[in-house]
Amino acid sequence: MSVAAAKVSVVSPTVSDSPAAVHARLRGVTRVFRLPKGELHALGPVDLDLGRGEFFSVVGPSGCGKSTLLDILAGLSRPQAGTAEFEGRSIQDVPDGVGVVFQEDASFPWLSVRDNVAFGLRRAGVDPAEIERRVDYAIGFMGLKDFASSYPVQLSGGMRQRVCIARTLVMQPRLILLDEPFGALDQQTRLLMGDELLRLWRETGATVLLITHALDEAAMLSDRVGVMSTRPGTFIDFVETGWERNRDSRVVSTPHFGDITARLWEKLRVEALKIMSSGKA
Amino acid sequence: MSESWLRILVVALLIGLVELMSRTGVIPLQVMIPPSQMVVELGWILASGEFANDIVLSFTNVAIAALLSVLIGFVAGLVIHSLPSLRDALEPLLASYYAIPTFVFYPIFITLFGVGSASIIAIAILLAVVSMITATLNGVDRIPRVLRKTAQVYRMPRLKTALLIELPAAAPYLFTGVKLSVAYAFIGVIASEFILSGAGIGYAIAYAYNNFENRHMYALMLLILVTVTIVNTALNHIDRRLQARRQR
Amino acid sequence: MPKFVGTALVLISCVLLWQALHLLVGESSLASPLRTCAKLAALVVTGEFWANVAETMRAFVSAFAISLTGGILLGIVLGARRLAGNVAEPILVTLYSIPKVVLYPLVLLCFGLGISAKIAFGVMHGLIPITLFSMNAIRQMKPVYGRTAQVLRLSPTQSAFTVILPAILPEVISGVRLGFSLTLLGVLIGEMFASQRGLGFMLMSAINIGQIDTIMAVALLLTVVAVTCNSLLLLLNQRMGYR
Repeated sequence: MSVAAAKVSVVSPTVSDSPAAVHARLRGVTRVFRLPKGELHALGPVDLDLGRGEFFSVVGPSGCGKSTLLDILAGLSRPQAGTAEFEGRSIQDVPDGVGVVFQEDASFPWLSVRDNVAFGLRRAGVDPAEIERRVDYAIGFMGLKDFASSYPVQLSGGMRQRVCIARTLVMQPRLILLDEPFGALDQQTRLLMGDELLRLWRETGATVLLITHALDEAAMLSDRVGVMSTRPGTFIDFVETGWERNRDSRVVSTPHFGDITARLWEKLRVEALKIMSSGKA
Repeated sequence: MSESWLRILVVALLIGLVELMSRTGVIPLQVMIPPSQMVVELGWILASGEFANDIVLSFTNVAIAALLSVLIGFVAGLVIHSLPSLRDALEPLLASYYAIPTFVFYPIFITLFGVGSASIIAIAILLAVVSMITATLNGVDRIPRVLRKTAQVYRMPRLKTALLIELPAAAPYLFTGVKLSVAYAFIGVIASEFILSGAGIGYAIAYAYNNFENRHMYALMLLILVTVTIVNTALNHIDRRLQARRQR
Repeated sequence: MPKFVGTALVLISCVLLWQALHLLVGESSLASPLRTCAKLAALVVTGEFWANVAETMRAFVSAFAISLTGGILLGIVLGARRLAGNVAEPILVTLYSIPKVVLYPLVLLCFGLGISAKIAFGVMHGLIPITLFSMNAIRQMKPVYGRTAQVLRLSPTQSAFTVILPAILPEVISGVRLGFSLTLLGVLIGEMFASQRGLGFMLMSAINIGQIDTIMAVALLLTVVAVTCNSLLLLLNQRMGYR
């Protein structure tokens, strides 16, 4: 399977040549946290171009600033240095057209599944008929039809995360940011949720940025994977997977999947070892 | 650390403010004597031994009530825990127990036991024991199953398992019960003495109030506040250390 | 409903125990359950009794309203401000555990004999638990709720009413339950010492003339009312569909 292996092309770890249209762009982004005992340089400088409609994943050792990177793109956090842009505009607050799915269960326990999904639309004052239509679609799409009137407490962790994804989906975001959304789920559920995510990405045409610590998840889902170093996190490698758009979790059985995962682990192993020997893991 | 200093500063400023208002006559002397004078009066009282009997009596009663509450509560907690059907029946009652205005039963205890230490200790136990029962139930519930399995793997006998595994594992929760029991024992004893009794610090404060002896009254109030704060801070300190260990 | 049956059995055995104790110590020390109920029935038809109830209720309602609003507002402010909360919490916990009754003379000297002293004393009991529970509700709210509100670009008012308030409500209601009981206790203790009206006063005057059945009738009534209100709030908490 040397043909497939050749597809794993390594791009220069500095700035990747932007393909087609750039949807979001980071230049020299740096984030430093001020703590009681001095400063913590968490991230950067990071350069990144996300192509429109691209499925991009970030893998890296724990505590490398992956979530900080996502926070900056979501407008939840500002960089100390560098610029962040979405659709050509500088990111100040949370930009219109960006949706976020968090790792923690963010479903509201006081609302039914249906009300959870409709929550954002109602606050935004969308027309009730339109809300009805979009919520029905999202609930159907995420396979929540039988649970529409249930409360989150009655659902499993995987189903609750579906609710959160549906809640993001109905807002019709053009850029979807996911912060280890399946981190708390078991392996089998994770693979199936990965399929759902791919389906959603294909149907909406949105750009997706997925933060994960699972190499297999990144390798199976993404068009391109960025590997981050230990703190302060910077990209040390970009790996193009070369999957066709119409892929699903069954790609894990191909040798090409093994090659990608091996390539990712080769880079990441060095970083993970650094953390372990520093006693932080 | 800076937070505790800030806290001391806040309390000191408040006391200073009261002192200032009292010295300048904003708070009349008939209402409250200056805090500094309370300290002086308390020193006098302790030196002269005027209220020594009351002070010893109150603190003895608090100690007895707290000790009995902890023992009774612990044993009752274990018994209730071992009988799941009794526990199911009691749980809604335990959840509503603290809603009962316990002190309205004090007059009943007085007709039963008479005015004296027995009634006072009984009402204090009534107030304090349920915290210990609840804490014991909670503590036994939270002993990780894997620890008991570990004891079995070591082939430890039942008693040893209880003393070396279960008790230390439940200790942080049990101590929370001890802490609350002590606080409620204080409240129960002092409040009963205050409402109707012939001896003790609570009675002495009520007596001083009725006879316009502000100096005695405020000195004794200060004694209670200082004692409870010291006891509470010490118990909280131990509690926090036990809780911190629990996280790991 | 076997659980309900069990609880009922426990309650029935309590009443039987009461009856047994009554037979043991005699009529003058402990009135029987039957006699207590009969006395209560006789009391509720007298105007004097209702005047006392009204007096206690007046003090209680004002004290509870102040504890409720003050406690929730104070709790939210202390919960939102990390430093202020950290500095205040141990002070509040200490205030909660001191026997507040020793401060009652101070309250009387400040407010004089009358309803305002009783209200102030009720507030001293009820305010702190509501504050502590509300503060912890804000502190323990999952940060991801706040971030979700931000990502959905809600206005501050929208996130306050549609996210933060529902998220903290169950904890706040737990605090209100405790605050309710303690406010009532504070008002009653206030009436038992230095008052001429109210149910607490009724208890104390009954003890002075040795009317054990009146004492027990009033104690029974207060217990039943307090426990019923508490159970209703508990039910409200469970009915909210989550937790």
